[in-house]
Amino acid sequence: MKQMTIPQAVAEALHQVMAADPAVFLIGEDLAMGGVFGAAKGLKERFGPARVVDTPISETSFLGLGIGAAMSGMKPVVEIMFCDFLGVCFDQLMNQAAKMRFLSGGTVSLPLVIRTTMGAGDGSGAMHSQSNYGLAASVAGLRVACPSNSADAAGLLKTALEGPDPVVIFEHKGLFDVETPADPELPPVPFGKARTLRQGADVTLVAIAAMVPVALAAADHLAKRGIGVEVIDPVTINPLDREAILASVAKTGRFAVLDEGAAFAGVADALVSLVVREAFRSLKAAPAAITPPHTPVPYAPALEAAWLPDAARVEAAILKMMEDV
Amino acid sequence: MNASTSSNKSAGRGRRASKPAVYEASPEELLKFYRDMLLVRRFEEKAGQMYGMGLIGGFCHLYIGQEAVCVGVQSALKDGDAVITGYREHGHMMAAGCDPKGVMAELTGRSGGCSRGKGGSMHMFDPAKGFYGGHGIVGAQVSLGTGLAFAAKYKKTDNVAVAYFGDGAANQGQVYESFNMARLWNLPVIYLIENNQYAMGTSVARASSEIELYRRGESFKIPGKQVDGMNVLAVRAAMDEAVAHCRAGKGPMILEMKTYRYRGHSMSDPAKYRTKDEVQKMRAERDPIEQLRELLLDGGHTDEAALKEMDKEVKALVADAAAFATESPEPDAAELYTDVLA
Repeated sequence: MKQMTIPQAVAEALHQVMAADPAVFLIGEDLAMGGVFGAAKGLKERFGPARVVDTPISETSFLGLGIGAAMSGMKPVVEIMFCDFLGVCFDQLMNQAAKMRFLSGGTVSLPLVIRTTMGAGDGSGAMHSQSNYGLAASVAGLRVACPSNSADAAGLLKTALEGPDPVVIFEHKGLFDVETPADPELPPVPFGKARTLRQGADVTLVAIAAMVPVALAAADHLAKRGIGVEVIDPVTINPLDREAILASVAKTGRFAVLDEGAAFAGVADALVSLVVREAFRSLKAAPAAITPPHTPVPYAPALEAAWLPDAARVEAAILKMMEDV
Repeated sequence: MNASTSSNKSAGRGRRASKPAVYEASPEELLKFYRDMLLVRRFEEKAGQMYGMGLIGGFCHLYIGQEAVCVGVQSALKDGDAVITGYREHGHMMAAGCDPKGVMAELTGRSGGCSRGKGGSMHMFDPAKGFYGGHGIVGAQVSLGTGLAFAAKYKKTDNVAVAYFGDGAANQGQVYESFNMARLWNLPVIYLIENNQYAMGTSVARASSEIELYRRGESFKIPGKQVDGMNVLAVRAAMDEAVAHCRAGKGPMILEMKTYRYRGHSMSDPAKYRTKDEVQKMRAERDPIEQLRELLLDGGHTDEAALKEMDKEVKALVADAAAFATESPEPDAAELYTDVLA
């Protein structure tokens, strides 16, 4: 095992994949210099500007260009620097990428990967800090992945490039300085297979991306108070490993979700809904959705810290659930 | 031209469209152009009828009047070239050699449709014929077409992509993002503007600060040319030039085809934004099929009887497609869940 950050692992995976498959090319803003977060480091030097394509600031059209290229057999990796910018090109994502296979009755495949970054916590303000994977996941026809560590970020990228569907991978900026262990070969990671990171008998806690370490810290504290928290990382949002979540809830009888996405009509709501609909009889307490408030991401460090869910909020929510017998 | 919205916004700049050129077609080619245009028209007339009979639902945008464009364009392409367009695409599919049965059955929403009934009028594809859709969002196909050209260049072929769009789509922002990248990287893409004078009900003059749409590439250094889109030979000649430009690695080119649709924007559009006289005048004086018919007869390349026979044969082909589209079974309910993801 090697300690790697997410950008290091992604860059290494891209080196491996591009060496193996000439149909793979990268396109996006400032990739030639290695990408603003280093996830394209050394790629232009090795594969040249024809395969590492720096674009003008034209997200709509360069995403559309990627889709057109994918329709005719290429495997583009399109980088949208911040997922907030998906708003610029959402038409291409929602209408063209997501619906092409369906509208063509399966005659057109779209082996397209969109890499983007997300997340608050670094003072980037409301237009460079969102975590809007729920928006993407709400569109039928897109696969959506949210890695919480370097091995998953690289492995999901490889799996995405092996498949014929459009995939959006949301990498959390808040994890970019964290080194986590990864097999240097960076093996592919399957979509739709959750990881149970910690066993527990009392509460099922699903946490996504940068919320995973927060969940694990809260679970540690709660263990000291005799409460067993089972922490599940869904790894991908679509497909979602419903079975793993429901099996855990059947065991614990309590459910919480920790999600930096939308407080309203987002992934947290979708998971609560899933559990209530499918595991109602197992529940001993009302499920909890732990999310930021339904407001834009604030800039001021004090406000941003209050905005982001932390371990204390998770603990309070779970303690309340435990009282609710 | 009379049918244009007669604004003089661009007049007096001392710039004019390039001198008209026409393709010198052999008699066989002339007859093929005629038959191909006739197929588009008869297909669309039948689609219009079937819409009226309630066999086709939703939107249905007919191409009648614009036949010279898709037929002239397609005739200049070769295997491996790619074509992509918007939602008024039945004609382009006929020109590309797609099966009329599959297209008509898609319109009727049957399992024999080319998208198995899941796409409908605006969303049809036939990549084996180089036809990449069939897209419902105005202008979005221009970015995709730029990507088809990117792929052609990336694979080191000399293929080109044709990205069709209308005068309405010419006001979408992503068209200009595409122009910029295509010229920056010299992608082999022909931006083919079908200027049929109306974006739904809005005339070009009411929507465009520059109505000479072939000039829209000037600030991107993309050459543009205005073409008589009612004359298939003019269309073909312009395409030959654009295709040669692209295959030579010189980058994109814009062709503005001045054309005209006889019907409303879609079947539900009574087209009250223009006069009946305007349409009638265009039909009487500029009809692409009639123009070619006269040329064929005047040149002694064929006679009335032979053209009548050809019309009969084309009508039979369309009738077969309509019968297939009526008899093909409805899609199975299980189709709801297929082709969402692989």
